[in-house]
Amino acid sequence: MRVITTKPERCSGCKACQALCALTQFGENNLKKSALKIIGHFPDPGTYDINICNQCGACATICPVQAISDNGDAYLIDATACIGCGLCVSTCPTRSMVQHASTVVPIKCVSCGACVEYCPRRALVWQEG
Amino acid sequence: MKGIHQKILRINLSDKSHRLDCRDEEFYRTWIGGRGMGAKIIYDEVPVDTDPLGPENLLYMSGGPLSGVYAPATGKTSFVCKSPATGGYGDSNVGGHIGPELKYAGYDALIFEGAAAEPTVVVIDDDKITFQSAAYLWGKGTFETEKILKDELGDDFQIAVIGPAGEKLVYIACIQHDFGRQAGRTGVGAVMGSKNLKAFAIRGSKGVPVADAAALLEHGKQAFANCFAKPGFEEWTPMGTAGVTNWVNEIGAFPTRNFYTTYFPEHEKINGEALLERILRTDKGCFACPTPCGKYSSAAGVLKDGTREETFQVLVEGPEYETIALVGGNCEIASIEEVAYANYVMDDLGMDTISGGNIVAFALECLEKGVLSKEQVEGRELRFGDLASVVYLSEIIAKRQGIGDILAEGVKIAAEKFGHNSQHYAIHVKGLEQSGYEGRNAPAMMLAFMTADIGAHHNRAWAITHDIAVGVDVFEGKPEKVVELQHIRPFFDQMGCCRLQWVELGFELENYPDLFNIVTGEKLTWEDMMHISERVYNLTRMFWVKHMPGFGRSWDWPPPRMIEELVPTGPSAGKKISEENLNWLLDRYYEVRGWDKNGIPTPEKLEQLGLSFCLPDLK
Repeated sequence: MRVITTKPERCSGCKACQALCALTQFGENNLKKSALKIIGHFPDPGTYDINICNQCGACATICPVQAISDNGDAYLIDATACIGCGLCVSTCPTRSMVQHASTVVPIKCVSCGACVEYCPRRALVWQEG
Repeated sequence: MKGIHQKILRINLSDKSHRLDCRDEEFYRTWIGGRGMGAKIIYDEVPVDTDPLGPENLLYMSGGPLSGVYAPATGKTSFVCKSPATGGYGDSNVGGHIGPELKYAGYDALIFEGAAAEPTVVVIDDDKITFQSAAYLWGKGTFETEKILKDELGDDFQIAVIGPAGEKLVYIACIQHDFGRQAGRTGVGAVMGSKNLKAFAIRGSKGVPVADAAALLEHGKQAFANCFAKPGFEEWTPMGTAGVTNWVNEIGAFPTRNFYTTYFPEHEKINGEALLERILRTDKGCFACPTPCGKYSSAAGVLKDGTREETFQVLVEGPEYETIALVGGNCEIASIEEVAYANYVMDDLGMDTISGGNIVAFALECLEKGVLSKEQVEGRELRFGDLASVVYLSEIIAKRQGIGDILAEGVKIAAEKFGHNSQHYAIHVKGLEQSGYEGRNAPAMMLAFMTADIGAHHNRAWAITHDIAVGVDVFEGKPEKVVELQHIRPFFDQMGCCRLQWVELGFELENYPDLFNIVTGEKLTWEDMMHISERVYNLTRMFWVKHMPGFGRSWDWPPPRMIEELVPTGPSAGKKISEENLNWLLDRYYEVRGWDKNGIPTPEKLEQLGLSFCLPDLK
């Protein structure tokens, strides 16, 4: 598994990662179709959460039609099998999966690593080991 | 043309209606977006004699074609209106995320018209527009207001609010967004307040249509990598704009004691290093910014008010350079914690820290010189260097209490009302208080303030670096440089981008036509862009001509202190700028611009720029 982990203390909340993610996955400039999400907590305490998939596989376990499977690098959704029930989204422990109004199939991190490579703050890193 | 939706959302607060204003592509090609489109719309639609705080004024907001796209720092948004601070053309830009969110909701611009009968919150959720009562929010500070709305609506809404200053129609009221970003200048918050609009919230799911998404992905990544590779990426980012404090002080251009002098000996207590070492909590970036200048700070201290002492502990975004200059040096507050606290107070009240620090310093000098009496400030001993004085004056200005009711209208109007030579202490051009640089020993910067199209603001032409590069005693070539910068810098506010990657990192200007064309599918050259920017600069000039009787050269004149008083201390000691030199600068500037000796665009210039529709307003 290629697992991305986070250093939220470095995050500035710019969301460049979200725009890049959607552009990479879908060819669309729409950060609402991103497989990761930055959430700011302001005014107090003034911190950011980075919600991103840790490839735990909970989505694959819960999927009623077995549309999610491990391809070695990441858990991926088989779009032809997915029925868009949203169970995986609602039970995702990292709250990183997204169901966007324009697609039936939920949006999930494929571990491509674009966000790791281009985060200006190096707040996203590959998990070692 | 891509990068746009060809939809402007118009919200009428008087009858709680909304409609789409759909313009052809030619409109966008001519004006691009952001302040360019805004200038055209208010020129066409805001009648002469309009009260800036009346329902017929418009409050326009737009980023531009690059707003919200994957490229460095595409989070800037312009507010445009007829300014209550000056009576002329007004705009102010803000970072954060609200401009991109408007694009994701499917709109290129947002216009508020009319005025609500009751305090109102407007919620824009893609195509759904709702009007909610803001009665329970009226009177609350900006931080509490935004937090309540975030909790009610959800984290994925981007919100803009006003504070008590906007509600009270204070001419320096700002619009606050994202807990610390402000559209600070020209009184845009008062226009929002005049419309009884306490806040608006936007959520969008639609994205931005892009002509060549594959090229944007590659070019966007390359643009970020280019920024990462610049030396300034590591050197400039940690302190952000506060990092410039030492330099401005060392060149003798740091506003100190109401612009009495230009060097603050205690600057090390309020500079970028002090911010970094003493109060910084986290960086806080605008949309897609590789170099976040937003510094979120935690400051603690003691507020000594007469015999009373109170501890304070605040979280605030800042202070950035302008606040350090105008609240720090200009009010002689020699503590980064205290500057941060005053920053917090002004932000929460919803007032611009640039004009705020400037007006507070003006009031302090008026008290010192006997223009104002102690009785007019409730018997208080107000003085420079005293945090309690700054806080007290900020509060009475924002709430229009006592003498604050006059100060709330800016230093120009206050000086007219106070008399007793107080215009000598009023540091403004066209009624807008000067921002954080001194021009007595920096002629290009002085000219930039004199000719900025909103009044004495630095961001149209931050020409002070040019003064230093070619020499502060040189005049030749400076008008040309100011004109050049006045076309480059405001164009960022038409595209929807921040200019700091160019200014501070050296991210090359040549990148922008490429990015723009990839997103829009157009084929603009940099020269085309500068031509469009010149068109907008002339249009905003014509707004002044149209709306202000007798507008001309005398409106471009700097405050008397700059001409009459020698800088008393520091590296610029002994310097002032002569009337002869000012006239030379203006003559040459007008000549370069194609304006007449009175600073009015000639008919030939207007026609050359496609502004023939302005010709009747020359009369």
